[in-house]
Amino acid sequence: MIDTLTQFLNEHWDLIISLVKIALLVFIVLTVNAYLTWFERKVVAHMQSRWGPHRVGPHGLLQPAADGLKFLLKEDPTPNGVDKFTYYLAPLMALALALTSIAIIPFGPDPLIILGHKVYLGIVDLNIGLLALFAITALSVYGVALAGWSSNSKYPLLGGLRSSAQMVSYELALTMSVVGVLLMAGSFSLRDIVNVQALHAERGLLAWNVFPQILGFLCFFIAAVAETNRVPFDLPEAESELVAGFHTEYSSFKFAMFFIAEYTSMITVSSLCAIMFFGGWLSPFPLSWTFSHYVPSLILIPFGLWVIWDGIRYETIFGRIILPGVGTVITIIGAVLIALPVVNEFIQGPFWLLSKIFVFLFIYVWMRGTLPRFRYDQLMSFGWKLLLPVSLANVVITATIIMLRGH
Amino acid sequence: MNVPLIVFFALAAIAVLGAISLILQRHPIHSALSLIVVMVALAGLYLLMGAEFVAAAQIIVYGGAIMVLFVFVIMLLNAGVEERTSFSSLAKFAGLPLAVALMGCLFAAIYGAPEQVQIAAQAGAPAPTKALSAQLFQEFVYPFELTSFLILVAIVGAMVLAQRDSKESHL
Amino acid sequence: MIPTNYYLILSAILFGLGVIAFIFRRNIITIFMSIELMLNAVNLAFVAFSQAWNHLSGQVFVLFVIVVAAAEAAVGLGIIILIQRNRQSLNVERVDLLKL
Repeated sequence: MIDTLTQFLNEHWDLIISLVKIALLVFIVLTVNAYLTWFERKVVAHMQSRWGPHRVGPHGLLQPAADGLKFLLKEDPTPNGVDKFTYYLAPLMALALALTSIAIIPFGPDPLIILGHKVYLGIVDLNIGLLALFAITALSVYGVALAGWSSNSKYPLLGGLRSSAQMVSYELALTMSVVGVLLMAGSFSLRDIVNVQALHAERGLLAWNVFPQILGFLCFFIAAVAETNRVPFDLPEAESELVAGFHTEYSSFKFAMFFIAEYTSMITVSSLCAIMFFGGWLSPFPLSWTFSHYVPSLILIPFGLWVIWDGIRYETIFGRIILPGVGTVITIIGAVLIALPVVNEFIQGPFWLLSKIFVFLFIYVWMRGTLPRFRYDQLMSFGWKLLLPVSLANVVITATIIMLRGH
Repeated sequence: MNVPLIVFFALAAIAVLGAISLILQRHPIHSALSLIVVMVALAGLYLLMGAEFVAAAQIIVYGGAIMVLFVFVIMLLNAGVEERTSFSSLAKFAGLPLAVALMGCLFAAIYGAPEQVQIAAQAGAPAPTKALSAQLFQEFVYPFELTSFLILVAIVGAMVLAQRDSKESHL
Repeated sequence: MIPTNYYLILSAILFGLGVIAFIFRRNIITIFMSIELMLNAVNLAFVAFSQAWNHLSGQVFVLFVIVVAAAEAAVGLGIIILIQRNRQSLNVERVDLLKL
């Protein structure tokens, strides 16, 4: 029995490991989404000198669970006169496309060796990885437009049309701003883009693509924020303007699907910024500074100790039990990394990538807390008249320099 | 019965079902959605054949731009369910048989072709984007520049056609 | 692997379905969409031959067809908007007189 099982595993290894990776990644992404909402509410609240959620569980950490339960149990009415098929299709499409784009992102360099087989970090490495991501972005316009139209109501229709027109306009600037990176890397594959930056890894931070391509990075980030309909480009879903834009008539689980789609595309954009412009899984320290391999432990251990210290003095009993427990786990992980060099070497790549993604997500939330929003005509003229010419200029300059250097 | 053949039949079935749905749906927005399904299925078929750049271009341009244009126009013109009008007798009696006859002619042409065309082709060797772009910019550079000019003409034409003239009420 | 025949048969079927949709639908926009379907069927035949003969010009031509279809869709939809504005109907049978 065990023999047939191992033989079955060995024959269909690729399929099984892909299924396991998919299940794991979907679970992780959905959990990160939930806690991203918590993170956003906490950070925006602290920027506004208030506390944010802090009653549901210690420091409000169980708030996403409460929200999830609410979304599942809330009444789900369907308005009169909607086009039933399109009304149900739109949130499904938005969610499916957003989650599909996570499959293309590589999370680490070297393959893991499990039971003699190589397991790459990341579900698939396409030759046309970046193009496939743009294809998915192009298709996600439909989720918004169809949602707005099928709701059979004025505000969603206007919000949906405005939102999809905005997304289509900024799509061009998005694709153009990335061409500089593609010219430097010579390939659409995301792994190759990072590997080209790794060629000069002895320079550490300075080898990243952001320094030659600073214009491209700024255009890409602004266009991506507009694509994901976040502040300051979120007029189509602002409360004071259009009730709630294209998702006015959606409630409970269908609204949750739009919500998850928006946060997942935030995560995708952050990982793209990190991979294309900031070196992906490369460490900012030069390759020869091997002591920098202890930085993950250096961050985790003090953080774990601080969580323990804060938890011991927390107000509720539940917090006084949970928080020190979580803090102890984090400290133990940090200590294990120092003790086991093999695990430490493996964890370097994903750690740096995840911290860069975290920084970009923080920037997203920071913009939400501080910036006012664009008026719609200002938004459109900014996209067409400023961003698109600047990204085209970036392409021309990059191509000229590469041609003169004779690469 | 290997996996590529199964994938081919699945994608082909999706494409044909999408096309049939395009014919049978009454609301134009549902026809548009069926056409999007056909295009994505065709992009899958291009990937199966190894034409990866063409597959991505198909989804980005056709599925993400042209069909968005169609969907916008259907929404803005408020196109409703089609009204039942009477067909001209010619279309009703001769239309379907002639269309089927057209398909028959195409099948006959395919099966009558020399053997070389019918053999199994080189299995989906991925066409590198570099080779494709080398062809596009060296051999086909003149048509490429002409198509960019064509797009410019189309942009100006579409803007002129669709603008609202406040001076005159009829064109 | 997969014989070129299969792709060509699929292309012929899609083309025939496009012709049927063109004949039997009354809405101008749907007729226009059936034209796009026919163009897609032709694209499939191009790529199939490009793979069969291992020659890339088939795929280059597909890119040109996609671009031309985009330009045609833009202008065609502009004309459709004008027709709707002038005759207040999207039924192709109402567009049968030169003067309103």
